[in-house]
This record gives sequence, C-alpha cells and structure tokens, in this order.
Amino acid sequence: MNNLDIVGICDHNSAENVMATQKIGQREKIAVIGGIEAASQEEVHVLALFDNVKELFECQEIIYEKLSGFNDEKVFGKQLIINENNEVTGSNDRLLIGATSLSLQKIVQTICSLGGLTIASHIDRGSFSIIAQLGFIPEGLLLDALELSLNYKHRTTCFAGRGANPELYGFPLVTFSDAHFLKDIGKSFTIFLMEEASIGEIKKALSGEDGRKVII
Amino acid sequence: MKLHQIVKELGLEVKSKVSNLDKEVSGGYASDLLSDVIANAKKDNIWITLQIHQNIVGVGTLKELIGIIIVNGREPEKETLKKAEEENIPIMVTELPAFEIIGKLYRMLGGC
Repeated sequence: MNNLDIVGICDHNSAENVMATQKIGQREKIAVIGGIEAASQEEVHVLALFDNVKELFECQEIIYEKLSGFNDEKVFGKQLIINENNEVTGSNDRLLIGATSLSLQKIVQTICSLGGLTIASHIDRGSFSIIAQLGFIPEGLLLDALELSLNYKHRTTCFAGRGANPELYGFPLVTFSDAHFLKDIGKSFTIFLMEEASIGEIKKALSGEDGRKVII
Repeated sequence: MKLHQIVKELGLEVKSKVSNLDKEVSGGYASDLLSDVIANAKKDNIWITLQIHQNIVGVGTLKELIGIIIVNGREPEKETLKKAEEENIPIMVTELPAFEIIGKLYRMLGGC
C-alpha cells in the first residue's frame, strides 16, 4: 500500500463501502477514514470526511435524498457494494456519477454541522473543481482545505491561474491520489504531523495548531 | 439535416475518428453542466459545450447524442477522443464562442 499510514475512502455521493474497508484497515493496521465525495448542483466536488460512521451515513442520506437518476451500467460501469471478504453483497442503483441538487454552500454547511472535514476536491483540475466551475472561492465558504491533484504534485499539467499559485486562495493545501483504480493509490499523498488519525487532529494540523503540521 | 452538412457549413473540425456523420440531427442542446444535459438533452441532439474531459463521452452515450461541439477552439483531452472513438461519438471543435455557434446552428436547424 505504498507505506501509507492513513487512507480516506470517498466514493462519489456514497459511503456504502466504507465500513468493509475500515474492517480491513483494522486488520492490516492502516487507519481508514470514511468519507464521501459529494457533487454539488454546480458540479463542484467536495470531500467530506468523518470520524464516525453515524455522521457519515447521515451525510450520505442527505445526499441520497437530493440525488436523482439511475445508473446505466453499460455506460458508467457497475457500482458494487463489497464486504471485507471481497464478496459482492449488493449494488448501488443510484446515478452516483451525477450531481445533487444541493448547492455548494449547503453541502459545506451540512458537513460542518455534522462535525466533518470539508475539502474542495482537486482544485487544479479543469473539471468538477471549485475553480473550474465557479472561477473563484465564494467569500465565507467554510472549507478546511483545498486539495491539489497528483497532476500538481508531479507538475504534469499546468492550469494557468488555478494551479499556478494555490496558496493565494488563503486555505491550507493538501494533495491526495484521488485513486479510481487500485494502482493509483498513493500516487500523491500528504504528510500530517499529528497525534492520531482523527478529524480533530487533521484540523489542528491544517491550521498549524499545537505543533501539528501538514507537509505536501 | 445531416451531421456532415452541419460540419461542412459551420466549418467544424472533426477531432475523433468516427464513421457516422451521416445521421440526422434532431436538434441541439447547450449546457456545461453534465447533470443538466443528462436531465434535459434529447436523443440525436447535438450538444454544444466547453467541457473537454472524457465524461462528456459517457453523457453522449447515455443520452444517445449525435455529436458534441466544443467551443472556443478548446482542445479535447486525449482520453476524451479515445473514448469517443470507442463509443463512435463525433467530437467536433469550433473556434467560435458558444453564443455565435449556437445562433448559427439554431438558424440552420430551422429555429428562426
């Protein structure tokens, strides 16, 4: 697993594979933080991460309620639910690749109110990123961090403006692999200097509190 | 009106290697939000957008769109063209901005 201590699992608009992954994480001694990559009505992707499955599933239900459409397996592939023994236990029929009817503001407020961590996904990408979709970060949006994609890490793409000086947006920066395939896990990662793998500790690291730190 | 006539008259550059420019166009839809296209575009519509990422091909297949016109001379991503060729969805590019190409297309399709 590329020597990662912590992984986050954030499926599009769904968290139904989190618990199985967390069970495997316990077995393999890797911390697994459960989350969702929510798509707002503006088609901005936001990562929502939680310490506990209770809040995670509450977030999922709010998203499900505002997500319409059904998946077409021929076009978008299967959306399987798998247990910790690698057995398929079900399938998700919702159009998870779609966008909810929730505004970006509403999604961020929801995650905050549930005590989660809110990260604007891959802001340097040309699609589904807050900068690509809106052109700017709305005043007062309660984001905990902005995520830079592995393109930024490896300087393989340069989006003038968006990717050029991300620190100018005034938010802490992180980078993750956004792996959609196993082989891509760990292609980009962030180092957190903190006591434990928890949302509270990550928030402290992002704000540089009490000696915690983030290194990208 | 057939797609190849539209390509010729509007001077569109066909970027993907496809074989089906002979199809009849039913109308057009313009949007840069994929969710909006999924909700509202019709079969055999031409889709006008500035999006260049590969997910536009998935949407094209899902909605059975006749082709996608990308505006402002934007270059579709390599993956987008690869997928478009697999799905046989023509990706065309115009140098014109959306407002102008839509106006011309609308007139051609008898909209005015």
